[in-house]
Amino acid sequence: MTNRRRGFAMASRTLVEAVNDALRGEMERDPDVMVIGEDVGRAGGVFRATAGLRDRFGEDRCVDTPLAEAGILGTAVGLCMAGWRPVCEMQYDAFSYPCLDQLICHVGRYRWRTGGTMEFPITVRMPYGGGVRAPELHEDSPETYYVHTPGVKVAIPSTPADAKGILAAAIRSADPVVVLEPKLLYRTAREEVPDGEHLVPLGEARVVQEGDDLTLVAYGSMVEVARKAAGELEASAEVIDLRTLKPLDEGTLLASAAKTGRVVIVQEAPRVCGFGAEVAAVLADKAILDLKGPVKRVTGYDVPFPYWTIEDAYMPSVERVVRAARELLEF
Amino acid sequence: VTQVAPAEPDLRRVIGDGESVPDGEVEGLAEADLLEIYRSMVLLRTYDERSVVYHRQGRIGTYAIFWGHEAIQAGSMHALAEDDWVFPSYRESAIGLLRGMLPETVLAWWRGHPAGWWNPAEYRVASITVPIATHVPHAVGLAWGKKLRGEPACALAYFGDGATSEGAFHEGANFAAVMKAPAILLCNNNGWAISTPLAAQTAAETLADKAVGYGIPGVRVDGGDVLAVFEATRDAVLRARAGDGPTFIEAVTYRMAPHATADDPSAYIDAERVERERENECLLRYERYLRRLGLLDDALVAEARDEALVAMRAGIQAAEALPPPDPDLVFMHAYDEPPPGLRDG
Repeated sequence: MTNRRRGFAMASRTLVEAVNDALRGEMERDPDVMVIGEDVGRAGGVFRATAGLRDRFGEDRCVDTPLAEAGILGTAVGLCMAGWRPVCEMQYDAFSYPCLDQLICHVGRYRWRTGGTMEFPITVRMPYGGGVRAPELHEDSPETYYVHTPGVKVAIPSTPADAKGILAAAIRSADPVVVLEPKLLYRTAREEVPDGEHLVPLGEARVVQEGDDLTLVAYGSMVEVARKAAGELEASAEVIDLRTLKPLDEGTLLASAAKTGRVVIVQEAPRVCGFGAEVAAVLADKAILDLKGPVKRVTGYDVPFPYWTIEDAYMPSVERVVRAARELLEF
Repeated sequence: VTQVAPAEPDLRRVIGDGESVPDGEVEGLAEADLLEIYRSMVLLRTYDERSVVYHRQGRIGTYAIFWGHEAIQAGSMHALAEDDWVFPSYRESAIGLLRGMLPETVLAWWRGHPAGWWNPAEYRVASITVPIATHVPHAVGLAWGKKLRGEPACALAYFGDGATSEGAFHEGANFAAVMKAPAILLCNNNGWAISTPLAAQTAAETLADKAVGYGIPGVRVDGGDVLAVFEATRDAVLRARAGDGPTFIEAVTYRMAPHATADDPSAYIDAERVERERENECLLRYERYLRRLGLLDDALVAEARDEALVAMRAGIQAAEALPPPDPDLVFMHAYDEPPPGLRDG
């Protein structure tokens, strides 16, 4: 599956511009799509992901809400009942924690509770992740909390084109979807992004580069770390960008493991019960006879995300990935 | 910006005591309306009393009792239009009966049977919300969303006194006020959150005082006076439809029954107070009022009660006749497109 459609108009966009492009496109396409969140209207979002939407679509469809994350997601449930398709911005990863109450108790359950008669097509999007020299609680990687919530899907793009295509697919999904956007890449990643409609289906991983000797599995901002590590290895490394954590594209993962027999998972979030543990469990269950060595994880640590002067000591680095890969190759 | 007046300290009342306190009347309520409200109260009362029996007989699971809250529920429901939405807590589990839902649906819910699921849009009754206060923002979102669409519907959320301590109540009330959502926040203040008395729940003099902080009207009514509840809710609905935003109503009553069938209140409640309150409970008060008006006699009381009992008998029989649910339902309805591997366990 390719996310490039050659022959169509492209434009050079940063990742955050691609997010904006997706929102604009979906709001044009579907009059029920509305954006709600803190500072999304007048300011266009603290990262400007929603810039211009209020002017274009009016203050009723791009709404500055009170500073209340549980209120944002809670009212989104009611907005769905009134026929809207809300896209909720959580201003930062760790500021989304108050909305977990609504996410766990209602967003992931309400469809089920109505016997499937009502849909709750809520999209929750937020910048996530570290490496940006920000204050405390601005650099978390909270994806596991969301993945562990039944009834909710989770996607994390790593490129501008995927950021557009995944967000558009999330907004069109009848299921609630949490989209985590790597804020480190908001303005540092730039590429040609298809104009107009561009969809990346949920549940499809992307083979970033092919290789034969080992597989580096990553998502979000760790894809670039994995790609750089692959370039430093003597061996031929395949790099997989999971793109969607739930549903997980096991097919792409297992095909790569079968080919290379060695897997290193790179995850920025704290180690214990991070998403890498799920990937490792899938490999242990379904690829054990293909594996030539242990599944390695390069992760953040089980500590609060550090103050920014020492954050580089926390972030999985190219060096740490290379070291883990070499250990595995020499196993 | 208009200054919102401080919440009313006194409880609004319509029904007198038949002696020194004269009966009032509510403008616009015809005799037929008064009797319809009565039948609704009797239906709810019968549902509740039968449910406690069914629980003791092992025919339904743990059940949250609402005996004595019928005035709050029936009075407010009769002030709503058919297109208005209702967001119940577990204390209002049978509120759908007043919108044509069959008792067997609610009984199935309390029997833990998926036949207790319903489509909220069919009755404009949201699902029963178990966690406290988290449905307040849902009601506000529905009301706000309807307003954005230019539809006249309002939304009413029921919650208890304990719920006002929750963050979700605060966020919902604040959202409602800021968005001028056509919402009615109806607090059933029965004095207790399981065993925690109101004095341990809040230092506010009244719960309606909280409304002032949101910039919305706070109204206090006698929750045992069905007509006062009706009138206060109707005023709130008129205000909401006029585009003036939400109202907080504190309906004050006293919990005269356990919190739920699993609760033994003898450890914490004042039994003498309960006895006193029961002598003046809401259905008795309304019956006496209707008799004073000459609208109710023994025959009509019996008829309403019998009608409700017939509905409940049919309801429990239908609920018990449901085939056991298909275990495959475990995997159904949580997703529109379920992730592969959903059945791996």
